[in-house]
Amino acid sequence: MNRIVVAGAGSIGSLLAGHLARVAEVTVLTRREEHATALRENGLRVSGRSDFTSQLAATADPFRLPEDTELAILACKGTDLEPLAATLEGRLPNATVMTIQNGLGAEEVVAAHGDWPLLSAVTFMSGTRHGDDHVEYVLDTATWIGPFRETTEADAREAAELIESGGLKAEAFHDLRPAQWSKLVFNATVNGVAALTSLPHDFHFAQTERLSDLGHLVHDLVDEGRAVAQAAGVQMHDDPWEMNVLATERGDRHFPSMLEDVEARRPTELESINGALVREARARGVPVPLHEALYRLVKAREASYSE
Amino acid sequence: MRICVVGCGAVGSLFAANLACLDDVEVWAFDLNELHVAAINRDGLRLTGAGEVVGRPRATADPSAIPPCDFGIVATKAMHTESAIAATAHAFADGIVATVQNGLGNEETLAKHVERVIRGTTFPAGKLLEPGHVQWDVQGDTTFGPYDDRVALAEVEELADACTRAGMPTHAVADARGPQWRKVIFNASTNPIGALTGLTHGRVCERPALRRLVSGLVDEGKAVAAAQGIELDADPEALIDHAARPEVAYDHKASMLQDVEAQRATEVDYLNGGIVHFGLETGVATPLHESIWALIKGMEASWTQS
Repeated sequence: MNRIVVAGAGSIGSLLAGHLARVAEVTVLTRREEHATALRENGLRVSGRSDFTSQLAATADPFRLPEDTELAILACKGTDLEPLAATLEGRLPNATVMTIQNGLGAEEVVAAHGDWPLLSAVTFMSGTRHGDDHVEYVLDTATWIGPFRETTEADAREAAELIESGGLKAEAFHDLRPAQWSKLVFNATVNGVAALTSLPHDFHFAQTERLSDLGHLVHDLVDEGRAVAQAAGVQMHDDPWEMNVLATERGDRHFPSMLEDVEARRPTELESINGALVREARARGVPVPLHEALYRLVKAREASYSE
Repeated sequence: MRICVVGCGAVGSLFAANLACLDDVEVWAFDLNELHVAAINRDGLRLTGAGEVVGRPRATADPSAIPPCDFGIVATKAMHTESAIAATAHAFADGIVATVQNGLGNEETLAKHVERVIRGTTFPAGKLLEPGHVQWDVQGDTTFGPYDDRVALAEVEELADACTRAGMPTHAVADARGPQWRKVIFNASTNPIGALTGLTHGRVCERPALRRLVSGLVDEGKAVAAAQGIELDADPEALIDHAARPEVAYDHKASMLQDVEAQRATEVDYLNGGIVHFGLETGVATPLHESIWALIKGMEASWTQS
């Protein structure tokens, strides 16, 4: 795998593109032309836990992606995935396509637009964009990769090794669902609570001293999510409550994307995260009153933008 | 009869200005807002809107200036009950203190400082426009009842009669918990939803899934009330649907939404927190109220973060 496309250059896409460009030929697909121009002219600076500048190809025109691409990583937001997959239909004939969106259902969206071999990924790393040509590598946690359609664990391992050789952390799994569900339950809980309270993911989320402390709610939301995972036949890879405690103990005060979206009055990834969890729960007859409440509240918050 | 209104914000001002128009009642108004106090003493306390009134209560920001009173009417925000009554209790050593505040737990706090307490719930609302001037938005009834057997119904009737004669229709009942819980359930089930979503009351109610969440909160509140043997005087659901009508309060931003927009502490501890506490005492689970309480407290915490 030497010719790689990274579609979407938010913080996750930028981190992948910048690091992979050190070991492969990378083309970045951006939404805005000036973003592509900045990357072509200035390269992509990575700071924080890494420190280098990568040279890479970039375009905002999906029809100018190299046809001989071997690996296409779709790193756009979940809300942008459907139109992106539609523009790739019938193209990139030799590529394996990897999704890395939050929530559930990204693989199915892409699968409906072509017969590429598919890999699933979830990522726990985080970054902060400081401009079109500069991303800061903040959390150096791993990206996990597993087979989805016409791929094997060996294919997942090849992709993971490539990402590792670029300087990021990655791991291959024979079944990604346990990790995907851990992240789904974690994100549905933490992102939803952050979006409603305006709190970054900080110590409040693990606090349980007083009756009104947020940790109780976070714990109860995780319990509901665990019941849904169990009903779906998935034993989660990590306990989302422990993930929550660990993340808050690190003291990063991470701002979940759903909080940033709500503050900027943009549509959020609510449907592919909280919506996906609630629909799974309904389909399996698992009561999730608190996740239902969270979902309805964020949904209504989005509706308030038009006030 | 001498009455002191403790806390002369919008609701306190409605009582103070109207009562001060009665010839047989001497009214004192205690408030910490010195500008408001000075304006009242200079120009009187003016109400405009649902009623045009200028009353002349004696206003003070100094609790030691308040003479012994027959009645107190406490109208502070619920989080200020403790400090307000601690400062003024001396004036009610031989009197009775009534509350017209929002939420649960105010009577208990008052009873720690004064001997005799009247439970109360009031629906009139307004807004302090400038010192000495309050906009009277909504007329409505007030209900008073004895907090415990240290107060006789006849004494409650005496205060209720004065309020009614002053233009604030007030009922004296043996058990005022029914109206109190109806209003608390209404507020706790709708105010924080407005605050969390940014939607007006009417827009909350026209989203079916969100309206069902409101009903889930109402049902928990009703269960806690029932477990205490409280009979609601009417169904809070009816009040919620009534308020959602365009000519009533469709466009109304709940006070808690106004509070969070101004990043002011809310009364959530006395609304959802109150229902949770009484639920714990009576063994009734209130998972939705607990969740909403935690979300609003989280929101309040976010304002003090850098």
